[in-house]
Amino acid sequence: MEVEALVIDAKGMHYTPLNRKIREAVASGVKEIILNNVLGQRFICDGLRGDVKITINGVPGGDLGMFMSGPECEIFGDAEHAPGNTMDEGTLVIHGTAGDAVAHSMRGGKVFVEKNIGYRGGIHMKEYQGKHPVLVVGGTSHAFLGEYMAGGLILVLGIGHEAAVRDRGIGSGIHGGEIVIRGDVNEKLLGVGAKKVGFTDEDLERLTPVLNEFCERFGIDPSPFLDTSYSRIIPESSRPFAGNYTWE
Amino acid sequence: MSLGSVPLKYRISIDRDQCMKCMRCVDNCSYGVFRVEDDKILIDSRKCTACHRCISMCPRDAITLQERPVDYRSHPLWTVEAREDIINQARTGKIILAGMGNALDYPVIFDRLVLDACQVTNPSIDPLREPMELRTYIGKKPSKLDFTKNNADVELKTKLTPNLKLDTPIMIGHMSYGAISLNAQLSLAKAVAKTGTFMGTGEGGMHEAIYPYQDHMIVQIASGRFGVDINYLERGAAIEIKIGQGAKPGIGGHLPGEKVCSDVSCTRMIPLGSDAISPAPHHDIYSIEDLAQLVRGLKEATNWEKPVFVKIAAVHNVAAIAAGIARSSADAVVIDGFRGGTGAAPKVFRDNVGIPIEAAIAAVDQKLNDQGIRNEVSVIASGGIRNSGDLAKSIALGADAVYIGTASLIALGCRVCGNCYRGLCPWGIATQKPELVERIDPEVGAEHVANLIHAWTLELSELMGAAGINSIESLRGNRERLRGYMLDEGLLNVLRVESVGA
Ligand code: SF4
Ligand code: SF4
Repeated sequence: MEVEALVIDAKGMHYTPLNRKIREAVASGVKEIILNNVLGQRFICDGLRGDVKITINGVPGGDLGMFMSGPECEIFGDAEHAPGNTMDEGTLVIHGTAGDAVAHSMRGGKVFVEKNIGYRGGIHMKEYQGKHPVLVVGGTSHAFLGEYMAGGLILVLGIGHEAAVRDRGIGSGIHGGEIVIRGDVNEKLLGVGAKKVGFTDEDLERLTPVLNEFCERFGIDPSPFLDTSYSRIIPESSRPFAGNYTWE
Repeated sequence: MSLGSVPLKYRISIDRDQCMKCMRCVDNCSYGVFRVEDDKILIDSRKCTACHRCISMCPRDAITLQERPVDYRSHPLWTVEAREDIINQARTGKIILAGMGNALDYPVIFDRLVLDACQVTNPSIDPLREPMELRTYIGKKPSKLDFTKNNADVELKTKLTPNLKLDTPIMIGHMSYGAISLNAQLSLAKAVAKTGTFMGTGEGGMHEAIYPYQDHMIVQIASGRFGVDINYLERGAAIEIKIGQGAKPGIGGHLPGEKVCSDVSCTRMIPLGSDAISPAPHHDIYSIEDLAQLVRGLKEATNWEKPVFVKIAAVHNVAAIAAGIARSSADAVVIDGFRGGTGAAPKVFRDNVGIPIEAAIAAVDQKLNDQGIRNEVSVIASGGIRNSGDLAKSIALGADAVYIGTASLIALGCRVCGNCYRGLCPWGIATQKPELVERIDPEVGAEHVANLIHAWTLELSELMGAAGINSIESLRGNRERLRGYMLDEGLLNVLRVESVGA
């Protein structure tokens, strides 16, 4: 039986009543929600659990999907700072750009950004047991991509850009996970503790499902991306700072 | 050229006439000071940390410990420590890490403040006979109350924000699972449940074994976001954002990979054996506005049902920072003074950065009062609270409640040896080694910690009774009941306390 999607007009609505409505709907078993006229409301789907698909039409405010655990949100618009902040599970598909600290401390789930992201994307992302967070950026990223990264995958495709990433500090303090960037990356852009290694056929095989999923989400032909011309950036050590200290 | 060795820190000796060769010292020392060869107990004093485990277990009082058995040429400036640190760094070229709190000999302001008591003109109160109100509510208080009248019934119209209800103004501060053992954390959790108060989880997440006490837990969210998910946030009675810590203001936390065992890994939700690194700042907080965003984000995630605290280290501008926090929708500000303990901190930070808690409490309380927003946040003081005297003085200076940390560990056996970072704590506290952790029976541990809280609570009521005060509210910020002894005028002004005799 087709259950109709719940449509909420978010125009002029504060985030708290908006989130309350979403939560109540999810609790009552609604599987699809459409939010219209979203304009700057922060914390949408904050701490939300459940198996629900949420379409967001408009521009959500900061911390979209913060602490979220399960739902899938598709955003037709740009996102502000830190979408996917400390997210545990679920998916954010952003048809547009996103601000700073995208996927900050994300532990699980996926964040797909069609266009560009700001500074510190994927900062302190971490993985744990079955959880393996993924951030894919279609465009480019600003500085400190994957800073303090402790796990998961960041993939930057650089579509429409000569160099996928041109800003410095890539993976500074990285101690887990991997950052994969389309094309070659100038070593000078790597942060402290990050090292560049080759991208192998096995890597491609491993990443192909992610590439396919991303392309499918945005209606992009994946075939031009299914080769090995990527740079892979990984930690020099899982204990980047251990060498700096001595005991009393 | 070799620098050779530095002299022993401690010398252990056994009075062989007293010794009955029970071997308890050998079994108990996790640092390997004692070993048996040909039926003789041999001693390697260099390994001793002065944890006192052997001494406390010896049935014959046969063991003696001497600190610094070898003299250096004395010099007021070039102390032993100054010389030995230089030798260490000349060897290694590294940052020196050290355990426990600030070890420099700064004057303790608490010890230069005295409390008041009644004589003749207003009678003291006998807490054995009269009720003493120690109940403390942590959280926002409304600036005014509105009521509606329904015939004879009066109903409260003002919507109250959630508060924590404490039976005593003593809470236990944040010491994470990972930094301390599960049995240590369990002991503390059982103790706060028994005494009607709360404790912090630290930034290491919450282990399943703690779930039964979750209504007494304040869950912490630090820059590493370890163990933080929506379930964790919902479990806590309150949520605390850790910005900084008194033992190392301005820098992040760092749990070494060796301490990340499988259980710690699960609780923190990080891979086994990897370093748990908490960056210095929260990377979604670069301003007071960003802090407000995280506070609201946490409240929104938990349906505005939990008080949110913000913990900062006491630094020069603490009062202005606290005033910013009070405007961020936070419900309490935790101020951690420069004597706050820690498992490991760069020594130069531990000993040199931050300000004493006494001055910080007074400055924060005053600033919040001046701005008319004292009711917006509770003030929780921590960092070197050693006894009920410090507790009473903290409250009189303006704190709503205190966090104790080191004191609660001493109640579990800790002797402040300062070697927590080695993960070999013979008392089963700062270690994850099962054979050491087992040394704490959480039931017994809980009883000791609960005893301590109970004893301080009794003493606090006695002190209040003697001062003619029967409610903790009347002691709070009541600097009139304090006097400074041998404090300079500048400090008296900051504390807003008069000199003795005045
Ligand atoms: S614990 Fe005391 S009595 Fe027992 S072996 Fe050691 S020194 Fe001797
Ligand atoms: S907790 Fe730390 S300071 Fe206390 S006894 Fe154990 S190792 Fe020593």
